[in-house]
Amino acid sequence: MATSPRTPLVEWSQADAEAVIDEHADLRGPLMPVLHALQDRFGYVDAQAIPLVARRLNLSRADVYGVVTFYRDFRSQRPGAVAVGLCRAEACQAVGGHELAEHAKSRLGIDFGETTSDGSATLDQVFCLGNCALGPSVTVQGRLFGRVSPARFDELLSGAMGGISAAGAEGAPDAPTRGAEPA
Amino acid sequence: MRVRVFVPRDAAARSVGADEVADALVAEAVGRGVDVELVRNGSRGLLWLEPLVEVAGTDGRYAFGPVTVAAVPSLLDAGLQSPASPSARAHPLALGLTEQISWLARQDRLTFARVGVSDPLSIADFEQSGGLAGLRRALAMTPAEIVAEVTDSGLRGRGGAGFPTGVKWKTVLDAPAEQKFVCCNADEGDSGTFADRMLIEGDPFALIEGMTIAAVAVGATAGLVYVRSEYPDAIATLRAAIDLAYGTGWLGDSVLGSRHRFDLEVRVGAGAYICGEETAMLESLEGKRGMVRAKPPLPAIEGLFGQPTIVNNVLSLAAVPTVLARGAAFYASYGMGRSRGTQVFQLAGNIARGGIVETGFGVTLGQLVDDFGGGTATGRPVRAAQVGGPLGAYLPVSQFGLPMDYEAFAEAGAMVGHGGVVVFDETVDMGVQAKFAMEFCAEESCGKCTPCRVGAVRGVEVIENILLRRHDAPAAGTPAHTDTAAGVVLLQDLCELMTDGSLCAMGGLTPMPVLSVLKHFPQDLDGRQEGRP
Repeated sequence: MATSPRTPLVEWSQADAEAVIDEHADLRGPLMPVLHALQDRFGYVDAQAIPLVARRLNLSRADVYGVVTFYRDFRSQRPGAVAVGLCRAEACQAVGGHELAEHAKSRLGIDFGETTSDGSATLDQVFCLGNCALGPSVTVQGRLFGRVSPARFDELLSGAMGGISAAGAEGAPDAPTRGAEPA
Repeated sequence: MRVRVFVPRDAAARSVGADEVADALVAEAVGRGVDVELVRNGSRGLLWLEPLVEVAGTDGRYAFGPVTVAAVPSLLDAGLQSPASPSARAHPLALGLTEQISWLARQDRLTFARVGVSDPLSIADFEQSGGLAGLRRALAMTPAEIVAEVTDSGLRGRGGAGFPTGVKWKTVLDAPAEQKFVCCNADEGDSGTFADRMLIEGDPFALIEGMTIAAVAVGATAGLVYVRSEYPDAIATLRAAIDLAYGTGWLGDSVLGSRHRFDLEVRVGAGAYICGEETAMLESLEGKRGMVRAKPPLPAIEGLFGQPTIVNNVLSLAAVPTVLARGAAFYASYGMGRSRGTQVFQLAGNIARGGIVETGFGVTLGQLVDDFGGGTATGRPVRAAQVGGPLGAYLPVSQFGLPMDYEAFAEAGAMVGHGGVVVFDETVDMGVQAKFAMEFCAEESCGKCTPCRVGAVRGVEVIENILLRRHDAPAAGTPAHTDTAAGVVLLQDLCELMTDGSLCAMGGLTPMPVLSVLKHFPQDLDGRQEGRP
């Protein structure tokens, strides 16, 4: 899951990876920051990085592998060009989250945690984006959007896939359903 | 004349177009030769009105919302730059003086006093509005006096467990060690909660001040804030605020010129809900899988890297500056019973007026959902509210008279938790919600103890079996299918086992929403009610 705003990813290289690991290796409890940094750089944590991290941090490869696989954020494969995250938690369920989830899956033709066969998009489920009064909430390329209807989802997706900035001025939100007046 | 215009930088406001509105406002103003100073403040928490634009007038700030890009020209036509003018006040989006919007005026904003008001990254704004007064007072006190002040305020852990903060601090103070830590739990994973995020984005210095007071109180020299990765804006804001605090000599070798050293840094989670449990969070900070530790030893005795550690929620720590600046008695004058002070409630889900309501404990659930929240966003009747996150109970409208109080909720088989309230309308299928509680636990269990790891999977299966039969259930008034009845007994047994046998609150509290559905909405499990959508 890519929740931080994305910078262009680079291809795996051992030299790059070692430099990234070195940069964070002297922190107190460095493993999580190191893994985040690797993923920020390459988009995923390559299997080849695990022995490098283990050696540099004086851990076993099993320790590192165990941590990489424990946390939902860390990917073991390169994600699609467009990263989509969809909130599946209760507050979004209460305002059409289930329907939006079904729509997103059928629109992309993949299930959660999968990448389209052409590598154009990855769809992830997230348990709460902290935007619970303005759901359903979605992230596209790390950017948060609220009150996302299925139609708005399609708009955001084609915007991101077409390379058009989803942050364009036309990106006005859907109108609130009710209660747009102060109490 | 230069006009100050406020457009929130809060992630929720941005999610519905605040950035685009800010850009459009500036562009439109420049085009018309209007001199505008744009301030990106936090959010006032009236989230249904976001993007909420405020304009400084001579007698206060005037609010307009929800503003869209399309509405910007008409706002300037109406004279937004003179917000008190009759034409500006007559604009359809005009809301009058912000402070007089009754939704806001009826609250007691202590912890959230500055959120949405000032520039979150201005130390000058922070100090001008009372910031650092608490820390300055603490620096003139003995550690024992600081801890006593916090204890006397009655402050309890706002993360959900409600443990007295002062007692925790005293344990750390009394534990001899060369290195102690203050860890802030900002792994706000509960659905329906966003107050930690908004506080960090809207007033990060309040949290830094609270953590520094904690460090001074117990003799800790290092602090870590564990922020979930789903909150990139909060991470960026907090990191920027920490840099500024170092720059002014507030953090570092000599806190505000005193003999105290305090270093603070942000660590980022990685999508594991369980890391909101304090011992799992400590494991994660140490670079391990987020597996829960058995207690004892308490983190206050053996916490991060085996050292005495304060672990507090964002809102607990952010309440501390108020306690120190204005005194324990002032803080304790809010609230009811053993729940003292204010709680930052979060209204979420299917709600007309969602957002932040900070008020003393004792407000009823109904006041929050109906008076503040205005019922559902869809306009249909409210059917249930889940209070306290995914591990909290679903309460029907008949329970809305319950006062928000740790003890009153516990007595009703529910919990206040982190103060999140998620509202559902009558279309909700409570059987599906009960199943989701188990699915969530199965997905997020750390796997260390069997009742949680296996129990949640069995829970999903048992509820699925019950739900499969409910559509061919007998008509209303006749007993449920015998298999269904047996399934319910099995589910109750399983819930009892998970409650009693789990190592932490994840497995221990997952039965709470499930049992609340059995208790308050049994028809959604055994199918004995007709006409349910």
